[in-house]
Amino acid sequence: MKNKSVIVIGAGVAGIEAASNIADQGYSVTLIEKKDVLGGNLTNYAKLFPNFADADEVKNNLINNLSTKKVEILKNNDITKLFFENDKWHAVNSQNQTYSADVALLTTGFTVFDAKRKEELGYGIYDNVITSLEFESMYKTGKITTKQGNIPKRIAFLNCVGSRDEKVGNHYCSRVCCINAVKQATEFKTLYPESEAYCFYMDIRMAGQFYEELYRKSQEENNVIYIRGRISEAAATIDNRIQIKTEDTLTGLPLKMTVDLLVLMVGMEASEATSNLSKQNEINGEYGFAKSLGLHGNDNKTTKKGLFLAGSCKRPLNIPEAIADARAAALQITQYLNNLQ
Amino acid sequence: MKNWGFKIAKPRIIDLDTANTKAFEELCEKVPSAKRCIMCGACTATCSAANHTSFNFRKCNIMFRRGQFEGLAEELDKCMLCGKCKLVCPRAVNTRAFIYNMRIFLNDLNYKNIK
Amino acid sequence: MNYSHFILPFSIGAIILFVIIIVKFTKWFRLLDRKQKYFIKRNIFTTKTISATIEAFREALIHRNIYKKNPLLGYMHMSLAFGWFLLIVVGKIEASVYSGTFFEEPWLAIFFKYFAREPHNFWGAKFFTFTMDFLLLIILSGLALAIIKRFRSKILGLKKATKHIIYDKIALSALWLIFPLRLLAESSTAALVQNGGFLTGGLGSLFPQQFAQAIELPLWWAYSISLFVFFVSLPFSRYMHIPTEVALIFLRKWGATEGEQYSGLTNFEINSCSRCGICIDACQLNFSANINNVQSVYFIRDTRYNKISDLVANNCLLCGRCTEACPVGLELTQIRQQLRTKTEVPGKHYYDYCKVEPTKNKTDVIYFAGCMTHLTPSIILAMKNIFSAANEKVWFMDEEKGICCGRPRRQQGFVQQSKDLVSKNTKLISSSGAKLLVSSCPICCKSFKEEYALDIEIMHHSEYIKMLIDEKRIKLNKSELNIVFHDPCELGRGLNIYKQPRQVLSKVGKLVNTEFDEKDSLCCGGSLANTIIELDSQLKIRDDVLQILAKDNPDVLATACPLCKKTFTRNYKGKVMDIAEIVSNFLSLQNNSKKEGKKEEEKILISQ
Repeated sequence: MKNKSVIVIGAGVAGIEAASNIADQGYSVTLIEKKDVLGGNLTNYAKLFPNFADADEVKNNLINNLSTKKVEILKNNDITKLFFENDKWHAVNSQNQTYSADVALLTTGFTVFDAKRKEELGYGIYDNVITSLEFESMYKTGKITTKQGNIPKRIAFLNCVGSRDEKVGNHYCSRVCCINAVKQATEFKTLYPESEAYCFYMDIRMAGQFYEELYRKSQEENNVIYIRGRISEAAATIDNRIQIKTEDTLTGLPLKMTVDLLVLMVGMEASEATSNLSKQNEINGEYGFAKSLGLHGNDNKTTKKGLFLAGSCKRPLNIPEAIADARAAALQITQYLNNLQ
Repeated sequence: MKNWGFKIAKPRIIDLDTANTKAFEELCEKVPSAKRCIMCGACTATCSAANHTSFNFRKCNIMFRRGQFEGLAEELDKCMLCGKCKLVCPRAVNTRAFIYNMRIFLNDLNYKNIK
Repeated sequence: MNYSHFILPFSIGAIILFVIIIVKFTKWFRLLDRKQKYFIKRNIFTTKTISATIEAFREALIHRNIYKKNPLLGYMHMSLAFGWFLLIVVGKIEASVYSGTFFEEPWLAIFFKYFAREPHNFWGAKFFTFTMDFLLLIILSGLALAIIKRFRSKILGLKKATKHIIYDKIALSALWLIFPLRLLAESSTAALVQNGGFLTGGLGSLFPQQFAQAIELPLWWAYSISLFVFFVSLPFSRYMHIPTEVALIFLRKWGATEGEQYSGLTNFEINSCSRCGICIDACQLNFSANINNVQSVYFIRDTRYNKISDLVANNCLLCGRCTEACPVGLELTQIRQQLRTKTEVPGKHYYDYCKVEPTKNKTDVIYFAGCMTHLTPSIILAMKNIFSAANEKVWFMDEEKGICCGRPRRQQGFVQQSKDLVSKNTKLISSSGAKLLVSSCPICCKSFKEEYALDIEIMHHSEYIKMLIDEKRIKLNKSELNIVFHDPCELGRGLNIYKQPRQVLSKVGKLVNTEFDEKDSLCCGGSLANTIIELDSQLKIRDDVLQILAKDNPDVLATACPLCKKTFTRNYKGKVMDIAEIVSNFLSLQNNSKKEGKKEEEKILISQ
């Protein structure tokens, strides 16, 4: 009975957690990862909102837990094809190797929006326009500097880059950028209390436990300044600073300011594997994400028998949500396999 | 008149019981995207005219929505129709069409050759 | 005298037709603006009139332009127009020869077979009988094509046929009836008196004598009535294009062109539209966005019948593809712009808030990036780079507080407001004393070249870069890149600049041709001239264009307009670059002593 097998595609948060939980039930699990490290997008972060948990610690806990289970882990394995044939799911990688199993779980997750597509914001053109991911990797080194190596006297965070933007075709809210901006602004102000931090937002969406508290703390204790207005243009000055143009919509006046560093809070988009594999199996939903059978109650199943989804391949999720979703998927898969006689 | 350093503004309150909010509904039939505006201000930030004067498209827009037409036509004439706002709008509001239709509505701006 | 009552409908119809045409032409002629009248006066007694006659013959009768675009459609028009023309001419000669005088009854030629009631034995009779039958056959074949076109337009290579109004339908039915009725009428007469040729005689021999006798007169009546209906409905239907097109050819040859205001010439133009529908197929709103009731054919029609609405006048990208496709050569984009003109407050200055101070920057060259270019900063950076490589001292005119060139206002019909902006910029430009103005935006460029009266040279940056290369002021490194060039509407069709950007690009890589190049190039969909369509339609246009341009997976999709670049970048996985960016990336700095070794990073290949 227990000789049934599962392939999990993508070893991010959801992939690792699901693989551990399915293996726990005695099924043989193959976890396939494109890169040479486990952890997916989690590897890009230093600290996690809202409680500044150490991202590496969270990641290592997940991986340590995984290492105690009987899971076959295949790294550097880019799955390009996924199909169902002869009662089995077959995943084919770029070297044309095929892995087959009774169940396939898609945990291919997201990638961040390519900020170069918003040329007016100057990313990829000016040195001191960076993305939130670059901020994270810089923060890992313990300091935040401009490209020229100076400590920024003024930093600005811009929300909704690539989310809630019909011009790039992403109508949805990525949900995590607001709180991430608050987190990063707080981190910056904790490092350099003398510097100024500005957050530019269209709406601040603090829908999560302790999010609002962190937002309030950033105002009260860290003196982060919030301006309601979307930055529409950025230009470099002669001394490599960034001049931004926005409207302070609450005073109704255009606002211009020069900052040393502009951080673009890039949104989440379906990863290439997510959109490719879901399209191949006709479970593609909006914006390239995969579509589950039903949001309420059937969120891990798909229209295809034996093909399951977990994590942010369905929609932008934060880490606790991804972990919970992975466990739910693991339960669904064990139930499915138990009934598969 | 002597400048007292302050002036008494005439009472200005938006009275939605009497304000003409139908105008915006009419406009939305021509420019459906106008409804989508979330007042982020990207349009005003990038505006070519706002570089020179106090023109604020976002404000014109909300004034029109609330049926406050006083002085709006003159304000809208400051626009250069260059279209930058249309390019930066995250909600893909057809801002140029919005301005154009507001203007035509406000002054009954007729076509020269069209009946 | 050769007379029967049935000639009356024809004769009355013909008289009505001529009166109406003369009245209309006189009215339009008086409405011509001063410039148009001046040119006509100057050129009417020159050889231009002769060449106009030749062209009128070629276009109005042979329809060479339609023939070139679509041979089958060309044949259809030619057989009807030229065939009918010859039928009239040959018929007239035949009647004159028969009656022995040039001044026979004017209707004799039209109803010749009925009145010449005996086997024809006069001089050349055989030739005339054969020719007339042959011409009738040609016309009937064209008519058959016309009927097919109406019901199955695809066979004639037209994806969409024009939807017609009631006048058109009446005139069309009459026109369709004229020639079959003529055939039948002549055949029935031929059956009775044996004066038919291979066609009429052949068909007539099939008619029993009594039957022919019974139907002969009614058929001639029907033929005459159908002529009457056609003549009377002609001035109110699309067939008005037949006389008007001829007049238009003369007016154009004499040098009349469309101005910014609606004029008598506009009347001639809108009445010269035959509603062939070629513009519908050319229009991207039709084939990409499935909007098919606003194309130039409908716009011109609505204008002609005074029914034009905001919705039709403004639902146009002003890309100029229809103007390029129009077989009559109507200035459709210009007319659309004329119709958008609004009544503004005379003498009012709208932009007094722009305080224009004479500039202190006295350079030979001005750079005007354009509003849109400020949203594509990489183009500005690239241009700065190129200027410095060429050691050009430049005043960046709209770096901080640029004033719009005025073209967007004009495109929406606010001419006075546009002129206000023009005067502001003119003041600034002339205060600098520069000799050359370079702009990165084709829209501004067209405005500077056509709507400003500047006495300095104006160049789009693609022309300017071409000049720098020719003068050996910059040198480029050649690479293996495959480049597809997308012609921006305003640069290509607008300013006729097709070669320069291609010459520049071929210096750095290999140009790949696409299905739609140069005059046929497509609009990116980002045009601002349309205030009706919403984003989703624009995206449909963009995606279709991208599919065509990226068919061969070029390394770079090059363009020369910030608006095109912006439109494409949002949904193209590959590289979209402005021509200036590409050039800036491939600048060879060896010959430039000042900069040598300083900017290594500029040599970085595009792929990074």
